[in-house]
Amino acid sequence: MNHDSYPDDYIRAILNGVKSIAMVGASPVNVRPSYFAFKYLAQRGYDMIPINPGHVGKSLLGKPFVASLADIGRPIDMVDIFRNSSHIMPVVEEALKLAPLPKVIWMQLGARDDAAAERAEAAGLKVVMNRCPKIEYGRLSSEISWMGVNSRTLSSKRAPVPTQGMRLSLNRTSVGGGETAASDRAAKNRNEPS
Amino acid sequence: MTDRVPGFSTLAVHAGAQPDPTTGARATPIYQTTSFVFNDADHAASLFGLQAFGNIYTRIGNPTNAVLEERVAALEGGTAALAVASGHAAQVVVLQQLLRPGDEFIAARKLYGGSINQFTHAFKSFGWNVVWADTDDISSFERAVTPHTKAIFIESIANPSGSVTDIEAISAVARKAEVPLIVDNTLATPYLIRPIDHGADIVVHSLTKFLAGHGNSLGGIIVDAGTFDWSKNNKYPVLSEPRPEYHGIRIQETFGNFAFAIACRVLGLRDLGPALSPFNAFMILTGIETLPLRMQKHCENAKAIAEFLSGHPAVATVNYAGLSGDKYNNLARKYAPKGAGAVFTFSLKGGYDAGVHLVSNLKLFSHLANVGDTRSLVIHPASTTHSQLDDAQKTKAGAAPDVVRLSIGIEDKEDLIADLEQALTA
Repeated sequence: MNHDSYPDDYIRAILNGVKSIAMVGASPVNVRPSYFAFKYLAQRGYDMIPINPGHVGKSLLGKPFVASLADIGRPIDMVDIFRNSSHIMPVVEEALKLAPLPKVIWMQLGARDDAAAERAEAAGLKVVMNRCPKIEYGRLSSEISWMGVNSRTLSSKRAPVPTQGMRLSLNRTSVGGGETAASDRAAKNRNEPS
Repeated sequence: MTDRVPGFSTLAVHAGAQPDPTTGARATPIYQTTSFVFNDADHAASLFGLQAFGNIYTRIGNPTNAVLEERVAALEGGTAALAVASGHAAQVVVLQQLLRPGDEFIAARKLYGGSINQFTHAFKSFGWNVVWADTDDISSFERAVTPHTKAIFIESIANPSGSVTDIEAISAVARKAEVPLIVDNTLATPYLIRPIDHGADIVVHSLTKFLAGHGNSLGGIIVDAGTFDWSKNNKYPVLSEPRPEYHGIRIQETFGNFAFAIACRVLGLRDLGPALSPFNAFMILTGIETLPLRMQKHCENAKAIAEFLSGHPAVATVNYAGLSGDKYNNLARKYAPKGAGAVFTFSLKGGYDAGVHLVSNLKLFSHLANVGDTRSLVIHPASTTHSQLDDAQKTKAGAAPDVVRLSIGIEDKEDLIADLEQALTA
């Protein structure tokens, strides 16, 4: 998988396919990006599990914190990692010990570990790096268009009026990552030591 | 299934717009409302805290304006955009995110006279110090870089001279200095030049001109290329450091490659207030749907008229980058192969007086201070748009006293040539 830019169909299949998401590094602090993403994904109907050993015994938006992936005690579809790049590998190693294996490893905006990605892909998992599932869901559904963001999708269909807690259709026509090629190129250049 | 990339004309009609979910209206409705109801207290708090997508108040965002923003972002190949009340407002909002008092930015000397004024006087009063450089001498940009430089500002096609700027060369200077390159793409529009493809980090427009295209609505826009790393060297704390008014959110960390557009919205537009009227956004959107068709006709007419003037005995010089032999023709071929735009200048052998005489004898061309209208326009920059500059500045800006500026419309070119002919010989 080329991790510099993802085809919309790849992201769309992941977000349409997964139901349960364990968020490693979920924060109860309501100004942290992990809190935003957790809340949004829960509102869009995902079964969210907050993983953070420092908050066991407490809940995040009604979901009890779990200490580690191994402690979840039921199968999960996706591990969303809200940790710096240097802390990714141990989380991926832990995820690869789960039975059954999760289907997807997702690393948040700013996080990238190509070696960890290779390990996960070798075990048959899909990997997304340096992206936010909230932003991608908002983009493919065009909900993020309210913020003047280029969703890179088009649709001539009338969408239902969005209400709280509703799953939105992600199946709009993609304009393709090529339309923000400059941004993808810049990210790639940043990742390559000069 | 692979992602198919629609063409420019398809994006010009469709990007950002979809049938209205409530009514099924196919044209983008004008949401002429100041405010939007919240679902409940939590929804309100989420919106104010930047945690949810949605609308609060039209000074910060509006659904009609959002369609315009996404459309221009798509046409420019950017990640996001923010529409504002005018091109001038776009420039204030952009630089407010980047500069603190005492900082500097480098700007091309060949700029719209209004921008030269804004940079020289208003921005100076904010402590944002402009340092001028010459697009004909790229090394002048390199020499202007200091530890206080926070941005470089150029026009892709300069107003009024119509000269084409070597965006890639100046982008290389910006990259080396680790500052963003801001390109005013008003006269080219993304149909002729997409500055982001050549290294721009931020694109600004006066939408009032060719994008809206009909001389009826003011507007401006800021497009974020999503290319600049704001957190790399602590030069841009607005984007990299916690924002106290948003409970410590870091804008780049939270919004990634569209962080700059978000900062312009939730800090710049929110605090400075130059919001675009939704009605104007609707008018501009309607204009953009025909942008490709209009630009083809504008450029075809402009080239024909530049050729006519070049051969006219009363004309001393014609500065149109689309003419072979023009100083900027090679740059035009590289950056604007579909046409060199429709704004250019010429000078008359009879000097200033002949220019005044010409303007007063034209019957179809309108004498006014705008460009990028369906109608053909004429102005004498030295006595109007550039009148607040001294003679040396005027000449450097391409607006010497004997220069007349034309903005060629989409009328029949034969009629425009006949009007110029009768006015030149009257």
